[in-house]
Amino acid sequence: MTYLLRRLAVFPLVLIGVSIVVFVAIRMVPGDAITAMLGTEAGLLTPAQREALAAYFGIDQPWFVQYGRWLLGLLHGNLGISSTYGKPVLDVIIERFPLTLELALLSMIIALAVGVPAGVFAATHNEKLSDLGVRVAAMIGQSTPNFVLALLIIYTLSAGFGVLPAMGEFSPLWQDPLRNLSQLILPAITLGFAFAASVTRVSRSAMLDVLSDDYVRTARSKGVSARGVIWRHALPNALIPVVTLSGIEFGYLLGGAVIVEQIYALPGLGRLVLDAILQRDYALVQGCVLFIAFNFMIVNLLVDLAYVALDPRIRLGEQ
Amino acid sequence: MRMPRAIFAHPSGRIGGFIVGLYLLLAVLGLLGLTPHDPLMQYRIDRLHAPDSTYWMGTDLFGRDVASRLMMGIGQSFTVAFFSVAFAALAGTVLGLAAAWFGRRWDGIVMRVMDVLLAFPAILLALLIVAVAGPGTWTSIVAIAIVYTPIFTRVVRGPALSLKAREFVDAARTFGSSSSYILTRHLLLNLVAPLTVQITLALAWALLTEAGLSFLGLGTQPPAASLGLMLSDSRNLMETAPWLMIFPGLAIMISILGFNLLGDALRDIFDPRMRRAIA
Repeated sequence: MTYLLRRLAVFPLVLIGVSIVVFVAIRMVPGDAITAMLGTEAGLLTPAQREALAAYFGIDQPWFVQYGRWLLGLLHGNLGISSTYGKPVLDVIIERFPLTLELALLSMIIALAVGVPAGVFAATHNEKLSDLGVRVAAMIGQSTPNFVLALLIIYTLSAGFGVLPAMGEFSPLWQDPLRNLSQLILPAITLGFAFAASVTRVSRSAMLDVLSDDYVRTARSKGVSARGVIWRHALPNALIPVVTLSGIEFGYLLGGAVIVEQIYALPGLGRLVLDAILQRDYALVQGCVLFIAFNFMIVNLLVDLAYVALDPRIRLGEQ
Repeated sequence: MRMPRAIFAHPSGRIGGFIVGLYLLLAVLGLLGLTPHDPLMQYRIDRLHAPDSTYWMGTDLFGRDVASRLMMGIGQSFTVAFFSVAFAALAGTVLGLAAAWFGRRWDGIVMRVMDVLLAFPAILLALLIVAVAGPGTWTSIVAIAIVYTPIFTRVVRGPALSLKAREFVDAARTFGSSSSYILTRHLLLNLVAPLTVQITLALAWALLTEAGLSFLGLGTQPPAASLGLMLSDSRNLMETAPWLMIFPGLAIMISILGFNLLGDALRDIFDPRMRRAIA
């Protein structure tokens, strides 16, 4: 309990640190937000119009005044107004987040569905040819950048089967589940591939560790079937490092997969941040990064809690 | 001499070492301009030429030789990866040692700053830095170095803290050794193993991040070649000239594989538990 409280106490400090870093960094980007927003048309603005726009978005003040205002707004749940979308930042983020969340979940499901059985298989066939095959595949999978895989998938589909991945306007899950799945399945496989490879490697080595433990030998000598030993006795303990790994990877995926979203033309959080940085949409970058960092920290905290739940021997607060 | 032999004796080390060695050779040749053709030369009549004996990996939309550009790109990517990891390792080691050695407030400040940096997904932090400083080789180096510094700081601080509490450090203090002597001789030397493993794995990640930044148009700028940039350029020509995608794609993949294999082998070699198990 004390551990949890201590972790929670650090939360706001880290978030404030993150927001200061982004706040200062984004204001060091050469050029100004109004020119970035209006492009060549910015040249047509009279100085008075320009000032009015700057005042509307609050970017006419020194950075510390802007930061203070922003922090005050944050306490009221107001992250400012996006200069690109002309809408509250939180609304823009909430529009994009479901896609990113769905993509992250799908990728994780694929990774676990492939990785855990593959890891268990390799561990139970240790040092055999099939184990070597799984290990080589996992190593290659882990070394394949997702953008290389994405292009390979698109190329194979178009050259081999004459089909292209479903792109075009994105349909949310609640509107057209089938079309939604057809749009997300390839990106999810792309992201899940290297993730599955990591899960395979971690579950294999964790399983090997556990299988040589005394209690597994005891279960075996008591006549528990081989399958029972693996799935009931060994696997739950071997899953602890898998949970940690999956949690961290999931946290990263919640930050948006910038490149994969770009390749598959998906309007997720990653592309939103990239565009916001390129457009110098200060409020949006700030809001997105804070949102992503917050998610990342929450997921890490949940991973630690899952750790305790899975292994009662670990009592984090007492260490 | 023991180290190369140990790597050679390890199956992953052998393959990884070979791949990394081969890439280093290609990178050096690419940087020295010792390529089959001039990587920037546009052979206009041979545009989008399929691979053959003259152009081993074909030519691109401008009639430039893909094999030569690939070597130039490997040189470019490796330069960014090596410099960025060198800076990150140096900064991380100094910060991690300082945090462990001075403890208390200094430790608190350093580690909280690292927590802040670690709360950003790597590519996002790199993007932000590139946006501030403008795209280019040196920006990529600095961005990747900043992204990986917190990881090195953590890798160094943990073991340094436990080393600091060991008897031989107390003994060295009693004998009047200076702090700097203890830090470099007793702490740093004992951290060589985890640092070497981390550096090898970080090189794989740095190559990946560099390729990613260049793919988004925020890393190496044209007409210079980089693996990520070549891959990004290949997107619209995928069906007419698949070689533009396949060779850079494989080149990135195999280079990362090489460092991952080598890193794994080094971890096995350095991990005393594993060594005991083998002995």
